[in-house]
Amino acid sequence: MLETFKHTVDYLSSPTISFSILTVITPILFPPTDWFDKINRKLGFHLLWTKTGLIAAMAAITFFFVVGYMDQNFNVILTKADNFPIVLMVYSIYFFTWVAMHKAYINDERLEKGLKPLEYNDPDDKVLVWPDLVYIEFIALILFTVFLVVWSILVPAPLEEPANPAATPNPSKAPWYFLGLQEMLVYYDPWIAGIVLPIFCVVGLMAIPYMDINKKGDGYYSFKERRVGIFIFMYGWIVLWLFLIVLGTFFRGPNWNFYGPFEYWDTHKVVALNSVNLSEYFWVKLLGKGLPENILLREFLGFLTVGGYLFILPFILAKTILKDMYEAYGPTRFVSLMIFGLVMLSLPLKMYLRWVVNLKYFISIPEYFFNI
Amino acid sequence: MAEEKMTPNAAVGSSAENAYKGPETDRRGFFNWLSLGWLAYIGVTGGFFTMIVRFLFPNVLFEPPQTFKIGFPEDFSKNSVDVKFKKQYNAWIVRDEESIFALSTVCTHLGCTPNWLPVESKFKCPCHGSGFRMTGIHFEGPAPRPLERFKIGLSNDGQILVDKTKSFKWEKGEWENPESYLKV
Repeated sequence: MLETFKHTVDYLSSPTISFSILTVITPILFPPTDWFDKINRKLGFHLLWTKTGLIAAMAAITFFFVVGYMDQNFNVILTKADNFPIVLMVYSIYFFTWVAMHKAYINDERLEKGLKPLEYNDPDDKVLVWPDLVYIEFIALILFTVFLVVWSILVPAPLEEPANPAATPNPSKAPWYFLGLQEMLVYYDPWIAGIVLPIFCVVGLMAIPYMDINKKGDGYYSFKERRVGIFIFMYGWIVLWLFLIVLGTFFRGPNWNFYGPFEYWDTHKVVALNSVNLSEYFWVKLLGKGLPENILLREFLGFLTVGGYLFILPFILAKTILKDMYEAYGPTRFVSLMIFGLVMLSLPLKMYLRWVVNLKYFISIPEYFFNI
Repeated sequence: MAEEKMTPNAAVGSSAENAYKGPETDRRGFFNWLSLGWLAYIGVTGGFFTMIVRFLFPNVLFEPPQTFKIGFPEDFSKNSVDVKFKKQYNAWIVRDEESIFALSTVCTHLGCTPNWLPVESKFKCPCHGSGFRMTGIHFEGPAPRPLERFKIGLSNDGQILVDKTKSFKWEKGEWENPESYLKV
């Protein structure tokens, strides 16, 4: 029984499957349209944000970790001092999402009845920063310091022997908070995954207030009033960032291959990962010729794909399915939203292209360190 | 003008005992002190930064020589990768059917050191999963170009001489260069 469970989890955690499941589930969990909302209600996903849902989900997470702790393979990964924060992270992701969604659902119901949201404060009913707020912050600070001190005493820092360039640890993992970046680096060139995409993440997060024209949901929890925004953010945050961290921690083993959590880390596991550039697909496999000498001619299809995706697709969308949005947001806001959105979407697209057709790079010019 | 005393125009709340008295240093004295202070500042920071720059050029460098002998061609068996120079010189010595060449141990994706897996007959990087064939050609994972080769040749005593100051890149067609491999 337990073995079947472990095998199922191992099977489901392979990235193609787990990533696809999360991609399908996110719009149902945080429905951006009425259609998804109907599915959400039908499948009972909204119950996840009730108090019973909290207890059930916390119990399910704990059950998974207890089974993992008793499994001899997962135990090795789970009890590493480096990986302890990830266990805490899994709990806290769900808990804080639950708090927000729980309150948002209550407010959504209140707003539907014409009541004020829970967080609405009568302007005459004031709370003072000092002492009311500062005291809470002070107590939280002390408690957190105690927690960190106890943690650092109980779990020694995972220091290793002095670095030796001839003996790279296998697998070589970044600090846990960088594992999402390390995962992106598998699919993109260091320049793109290490510099361009992180800059887009940071600048994009800063630009949200300037691109968002929805005036509702200001100062109180709500879901219905900003469901598209919440859905996009949740997909980027949970699937494209936190899940990649979990994946890098638990599912990446020797030679950076994928391993299920209950699977033995066999260094000699053979996985076929041959990756092929778009130019090789076009010139060698499709036309049966050699690669042309001229770099621009060799990579023209990649340039067309990337250029079309980033610079022509927004205009097509503005004329067709996103016409209403274009009119509401205006050209500047619309184009910046599209650029940030399409760059964000380029990560899952490239991941799938690597998994399904072994695509290495759209544009590959190693002569000038330019690969996309 | 230089000797002019600085006194405030209006005495605020002046009384006989705590009336404002002018500064005791005159203008020339002030500039003297100022110049001295600046000179001292420049001297100290200049010395400090000189020492920092000096620190960048240590007296002794514990670096292996960039040019080194690795033994005779017969020491390397056919179709095998020799990893014994990896730790000291960061180079793999590969012998295939007709030549010997020296591969750099720096992954061309992000610079980790791959491992040679004899069973799978490939170099595999533990950081992002790039894989290279025995020839150094990249075939799996994100690495955009093959491993670099070092200049290799025979010295006068018949030993193989590897020169790491010159490397040959496949993507620039430099592996055709006769200095990048040793015919055996």
